[in-house]
Amino acid sequence: MDFLIASSTEDLCELLAEDSTRQLLAGGTDFMVEVNFRHRDISGVIAIDRIEELKQWRHDGDSVLIGSCVTYREIERGPLSTLIPALAQSARTIGSPQIRNAGTIGGNLATASPAGDMIPVLLALGALVNIRSKSGVRQLQVDELITGVKTNSLHEDEFIESVRVPVLRGPQEFLKVGPRNAMVISVTSLAMVTDIDREYIGIALGSVSASPCRSSEAEHFISENIDWNNMTVPSGVIENFERLVRESANPIDDHRSSSAYRTHTIGVLGRRALLRIFRLEN
Amino acid sequence: MDIAQEFNQYELTVNDSRYVISGSWLGESLLYVLRERLGLYGSKNACEQGECGSCSVMMDDVLVCSCLVLAANAEGREIKTIESVADGNELSDVQEAFIDTGAIQCGFCTPGLLVTIHDFLDSNPEPEESEIKEAISGNLCRCTGYGRIVEAVQLVSIRRSRRDT
Repeated sequence: MDFLIASSTEDLCELLAEDSTRQLLAGGTDFMVEVNFRHRDISGVIAIDRIEELKQWRHDGDSVLIGSCVTYREIERGPLSTLIPALAQSARTIGSPQIRNAGTIGGNLATASPAGDMIPVLLALGALVNIRSKSGVRQLQVDELITGVKTNSLHEDEFIESVRVPVLRGPQEFLKVGPRNAMVISVTSLAMVTDIDREYIGIALGSVSASPCRSSEAEHFISENIDWNNMTVPSGVIENFERLVRESANPIDDHRSSSAYRTHTIGVLGRRALLRIFRLEN
Repeated sequence: MDIAQEFNQYELTVNDSRYVISGSWLGESLLYVLRERLGLYGSKNACEQGECGSCSVMMDDVLVCSCLVLAANAEGREIKTIESVADGNELSDVQEAFIDTGAIQCGFCTPGLLVTIHDFLDSNPEPEESEIKEAISGNLCRCTGYGRIVEAVQLVSIRRSRRDT
């Protein structure tokens, strides 16, 4: 039974190498709920929220490298919100100011909730997750990290060190449906990002499958129909686009929503995001 | 599930006083320790999942839900609770404004709101109504409908700007 405060990433590597059953505590906004409700058995805990390197981010070239303990609050405003607007939009919809002051991007990924609001954005952007342990580093795509409902592919002695997020030139949107504007776990969510230079559109969905997922068919379909010079889309393709978004969802019925409502709303979010980014062709 | 293990002793700094916590279970939240071990009953316990904000405290000048802080991990940090808001019998300006606008009914959410609003107005002295609503969105009040709470924040803002000019 021990509680340890890691002071550096090297320190953390050692502590996990010593005993890989130790659990990592970052912002605590999911972890402590499980402890409070006796859903998590804790015998050893390592707090990682004082590791300075994990709390830093930097903009280098065409991406930002965000330490895993950077909070939603920091992503929600300031320079990161202009570099990665959809990630900032998603951060701002998470919990409350109190939650956003504590919760972290690394925690959002590692918790791997189907409703983790940053995950669709990171998927759509093609972010890479840097993972570290005493034996080395490796890099995973977000969909390689997240393997199912609240499960991830981290080995017991590994931790998320940082997330490499591309900085794209082009509009981005994150939209979410829930019973109120604050303090809401997504009923459905959708991220849409564009890269004008590569003529790329990325779309990913949250809360409509075991893990947030890409909407590849909708991406392919709409990218063939977009006029990138004018940033317009023909009105005749919207209905089909919305159908393809709906078809890439595989939602369940649960206490938060019915599958039918999730299917309906994910299509609405797809259309709405599209029409916020592209004008309808005359 | 055996969760009744003992945890080593640690120290907390709450409202500038130091406390030694011993014989506790590792999983105790800061809220639990404040209330049950230190007798600071101002921070309220309603949801234990960060939904209601009635346990809001400042930790190293950052507003957090104390129910979501592992108490042992608050060692070495400055904790400020609702008990530090008034200066003895002298109420803070936010407390005064709550009374003046009638922003209180049952009072259960009030300590969390006061801590939140002090933090908010320190960083945003002249907020828009929409900003006030977003700032208090993590503090549930089931009595007032929030109208008078928003008015109280606006009143403090006006009074502070008059005082400063």
